[in-house]
Amino acid sequence: MTRRFWVFIEQDHGEMHPVAAELLGVANCLVSEVADELKANDEEAVVEGILVGHDVDNVAKEALMYGAERIYQVDDPAFEHYLNRPYAEALTHLVKKYKPEVFLIGATTLGRDLAGAVATSLKTGLTADCTKLEMGPFRKIEKKLLLATRPAFGGNVIATIVCKDRTPQMATVRPRVFETPVRNPKAKGEVVKEDFKVTPVMMAANLVEFIKDKSTSLNLEYADVIVSGGKGLGNSKGFELIKELADELGGVVGSSRAAVDGGWIDYAHQVGQTGKHVRPKLYVACGISGAIQHKVGMQDSDYILAINTDPLAPIFEVASLGVVGDLYEVIPEMIQQLRAQKGASA
Amino acid sequence: MIHFLVSVKQVPDTTNIRIDPETGSMIRKGVPAILNPYDAHAVASAAEWKKKLGGKLTVITMGPPAAEEALQECIEMGADRAVLISDRAFAGSDTLATSYVLAEAIRKIDQEDHIDLVFFGKQAIDGDTAQVGPGAAIRLGLPLVTYAVEIKEVNQEEGYAVIVRKTESGKEIIKTILPAALTAEKAIAEIPYAALPDLIASLNFKPEVWSATEPVAYDVDQIGLGGSPTMVAKSGSPEAREPAETINVQEHGVSATVETVLGKMLSNTTVAALLEDLK
Repeated sequence: MTRRFWVFIEQDHGEMHPVAAELLGVANCLVSEVADELKANDEEAVVEGILVGHDVDNVAKEALMYGAERIYQVDDPAFEHYLNRPYAEALTHLVKKYKPEVFLIGATTLGRDLAGAVATSLKTGLTADCTKLEMGPFRKIEKKLLLATRPAFGGNVIATIVCKDRTPQMATVRPRVFETPVRNPKAKGEVVKEDFKVTPVMMAANLVEFIKDKSTSLNLEYADVIVSGGKGLGNSKGFELIKELADELGGVVGSSRAAVDGGWIDYAHQVGQTGKHVRPKLYVACGISGAIQHKVGMQDSDYILAINTDPLAPIFEVASLGVVGDLYEVIPEMIQQLRAQKGASA
Repeated sequence: MIHFLVSVKQVPDTTNIRIDPETGSMIRKGVPAILNPYDAHAVASAAEWKKKLGGKLTVITMGPPAAEEALQECIEMGADRAVLISDRAFAGSDTLATSYVLAEAIRKIDQEDHIDLVFFGKQAIDGDTAQVGPGAAIRLGLPLVTYAVEIKEVNQEEGYAVIVRKTESGKEIIKTILPAALTAEKAIAEIPYAALPDLIASLNFKPEVWSATEPVAYDVDQIGLGGSPTMVAKSGSPEAREPAETINVQEHGVSATVETVLGKMLSNTTVAALLEDLK
């Protein structure tokens, strides 16, 4: 028997979403965690990608390079734009046909919309927004299960969820929770084209128009440097200073939930459990106290500098270095010294 | 007459949760229970459209008896009918079981009084799963519009609605056949001040209480712990970390503090390489 570990290959008009690569990396880790079982039972396990769209041959090739052994591809003009119903039906059809053991989907806007519908159709368990995935023993169940760990109650509780007697065991994972695996341009694999008929009843909701955002260039999740502002800014104007420092460091502007709730900045900038999960090389937290819900979204950053007037602020628990002081004094000085350094080396 | 239905949930106010510093566990006591904020905006939107078109607004919730308070808030916002689905047999339901309970209740209400548009909040702030709305919609076979930020048009006569949804890269305008379902972002409507007649109505309010057997005879294998494929294997509080080294501006002055900070940051190879690239 073949144990199938599936990853939904999210794409947008022919471009693969980076979360698909991250999930292929995780799926390969999960397979290695059941190596002992495979050996003992003389079984094999494969990582396979599920791709739905129109004109997406290149996406299939890309997914193979990130560690899928095989891609099942459904290609039809009806799938050009994402719609819940036809996509959900296509995935449900493929799951029933191939019976995967595990099915991972990116917790993007699209993936969250899709996963709930697919899991319900299949009457199986789904764990949302996982921050850790592993295959491990659970009670006396013979086979290892997917142990899906996620924050709940605004990040105040960390829970590990299992789906004990149904398959596939489904989970969604936020972009950037896991690292991108190495791309192997020489990777070989198989692309299996699947037939799936879209019926009119699936198209009851239809896209009339798409209006592209001005702020899509933000790309918070994949930025190398993020300078974030929180409640400590005191007002929306404070974000001008944050932007200045971000520009100086070649980064983008992030924020805490408090700043978004206060109406100081758009939700697109929010870092945290209910915002974006980020792992930049440098994260500067300015006037952010460090509520758990914020910390779970940024604690994987390589280097965290925190600036806060309160020496007991929880943000210092995840920081690499902390400054206890007024951000309105510290940031301008920082900008000045950074400029002076640049000037000196020019 | 047009009929809107909103499915709501009462949740602990997660922004007010405190952690016991000794045990590291969540202190549930004293945490206020509130109407899930996204659901409140969904109710506000449905109430707005009810007012505009003339019609009926029903709200439902699954929860303990105390969830009656959440329904009361919906009456204050203009709901006409409220159903509390409450039974010990539902305890421990995960998102799959919950979507079954709600979908069957909606089906029942729809049989008596045809529903045109079903609203859910985008997600509940306690679980943050965003799974129940899509789950219930697919059980009911309804077209679904998630992350709705605006309802542009509801045309009952011709049987369609035009809804704007927010995606990662922009906004999509979706035209859907009615009946349909949506999940609401906060932007879908402002929470209104309660109108006096609605306030008065809420004072005398008692919800209809539905059990696991009446008026819907639920399949016991699909509800509660037994009907839930997922279960919590273990839970705890997030790992505590050692506080970082901090430098105090009051002690060292701004200029010296920043100089030290930049020096320390540059001694980290990742940061040094980043800043080097900027030059």
